[in-house]
Amino acid sequence: MPVIVQVEKCSGCETCLDSCPFDAIEFKDGKAYINEYCNACMSCLAGCPEGAIIETEKSVQRSAFSNQLKDYKDVMVFAEQKDGKVVSVSYELLGVGRRLSDELGANLLAALFGAGEPEAQELIRWGADKVLLCSDSALEQFNDDPYSEVLAKIINEYKPSIVLAGATPVGRSFIPRVAARLRTGLTADCTSLEIDKETKNLLQVRPAFGGNIMATILCPDYRPQMATVRPRVMKKGEYHADRTGEIININIGNAVSRTRVLDFIKEVSGVSVNLHEADIIVAGGRGIGGEKGYKMLEELAEALGGAVGASRAAVDEGWIPYSHQVGQTGKTVNPKVYFACGISGAVQHLVGMQSSDIIIAINKNPEAPIFNVATYGIVGDMFEIIPLLTRKIREVKNL
Amino acid sequence: MNIIVCIKQVPDTAEIRINPETNTLMREGVPSIINPFDLHAIEAAIQIREQHGGKVVVLTMGPPQAETSLREAISMGADEAVLLSDRAFAGSDTWATSYTLAQAIKKLGADIVFCGKQAIDGDTAQVGPETAEFLNIPHISYIRKIEEVKDDYIKVERLMDEGYDIVESTLPVLLTVVRELNQPRMPSLKGKMAAKKAEIKKMGMADIEADENSLGLKGSPTQVKNIFAPEVKAERKIIEGTPDEQVDILIKELKEIRCL
Repeated sequence: MPVIVQVEKCSGCETCLDSCPFDAIEFKDGKAYINEYCNACMSCLAGCPEGAIIETEKSVQRSAFSNQLKDYKDVMVFAEQKDGKVVSVSYELLGVGRRLSDELGANLLAALFGAGEPEAQELIRWGADKVLLCSDSALEQFNDDPYSEVLAKIINEYKPSIVLAGATPVGRSFIPRVAARLRTGLTADCTSLEIDKETKNLLQVRPAFGGNIMATILCPDYRPQMATVRPRVMKKGEYHADRTGEIININIGNAVSRTRVLDFIKEVSGVSVNLHEADIIVAGGRGIGGEKGYKMLEELAEALGGAVGASRAAVDEGWIPYSHQVGQTGKTVNPKVYFACGISGAVQHLVGMQSSDIIIAINKNPEAPIFNVATYGIVGDMFEIIPLLTRKIREVKNL
Repeated sequence: MNIIVCIKQVPDTAEIRINPETNTLMREGVPSIINPFDLHAIEAAIQIREQHGGKVVVLTMGPPQAETSLREAISMGADEAVLLSDRAFAGSDTWATSYTLAQAIKKLGADIVFCGKQAIDGDTAQVGPETAEFLNIPHISYIRKIEEVKDDYIKVERLMDEGYDIVESTLPVLLTVVRELNQPRMPSLKGKMAAKKAEIKKMGMADIEADENSLGLKGSPTQVKNIFAPEVKAERKIIEGTPDEQVDILIKELKEIRCL
């Protein structure tokens, strides 16, 4: 185990039990013992008044790489494009990237593949200092092999300290390959990125353990520090039409790919568009109890002119299709009003909707964590409240 | 056709609750299950074997009790099971996990490697692509349909935003699968018998000829700095009364914010 208890120092006081978020400490014969649930979060080290819990590999020089860390300075954003147009998560990454690079006193670089100079200029107006532009037609369509090859090459040459990419199907597919190749850490789906004031390391916050709790992740001994961010989690930066920067053309040579995309078939589900654009979302969780509950939500959504969302629990039960799912593994939304009906409020759901302007929670259980983020809370039976609400809204709107 | 399916034993995260007093996860009594996406990977592997012959090997890295999940996979129809277990693997992040899995897969040999698109406890979706990189083979993520399989060729549908790609690849290849791909079968009676008797092959650090400095916590570039419960908004307002009164107050509030 990464953490051990020095049995001779353990007084058996059980204070450490509360410090462990994973239930990984047990007591046997009056002494603490770390079980296999340990996630190496080190929370227990400070939780022991006797100092009996220690990290086992602390003294080991973790990386032969550490003397090269200082060579890595800038912040780089991978700017994804689709059909030659930069996708919006890239502008959101430039927003956070600009803030981080200003704090570090470094440049903000953007890597753009398979698009042209006008799009590169646009990245500069959104905050990039330099765009590394690879306009080769072989990169117009996404393929893992050439994308991994070219991005790894650019990173090795420009040595950014931080690399950010969108947690889209494209980013989630090839960015891990790049991290594996560069022998560095990658943190998925970050909800907050900050610079540690003392060490200048990147503090990467993401939901952990099925989204039940938040974790701060570090990559202290390897570079670059790589992170993905889901669309719509970060706000776009400032756009300055007169901002200038440098465009550097990158030649990729001969890019080979072992996979080939034969065709793209568009399947726009009306639902996903609605969820992102809706001002009002009516979402249901385990409490809706079945497909009948889903019908009830649809009626309320229709009366309000909104869209229907769902928690992971309701989707896993098969009551609502996955395309409606809101949360860490579904969509991130920020409507004006979000109705959470029969949703308990696991962190994994909250991270997908807590930036909504107004949150209305309806739940039987007054202890449900959803009430902690709710603007208005109604403790009660949703099967009574929602039909009543739908009826009265229809009356108000003369529907 | 040699097919390896990487699976992970996970706590049923939907069953985990947080103790409101201590802000810790209450794992007591939470069952361990095969990561749900991995069930679809097992099913896909069995279907390919049924059409093309060969064998399906399930592979997991985890503590000794992960053996239960391997036996469950055999009861569904997998031929062999390998447990990668060693104290040196403890504390692995996605980089070290992928390195370890790849070392084992190199030893076992595979034409196709299947993974679920992500595990429900970590939700990173990184181990599949990283493992492919360590194996130096191509990968295709988020596959929702397998259209064609030949000895050295595969054609699949890959789920993308707003649609899907039709992608072809040479073999060997690593595929990560989404739920739409298939409906996992239930264990058969014969399968359950086989699972009871099956010998689980065990592999440790020495068996996979791994570099010790690339394993476990020591080999992991990322570290968990701390764990905390999310912030709580302060402005909440609980609406009291009978359902009728509650709805009337809510409608009044909705009017005030011009939602109605």
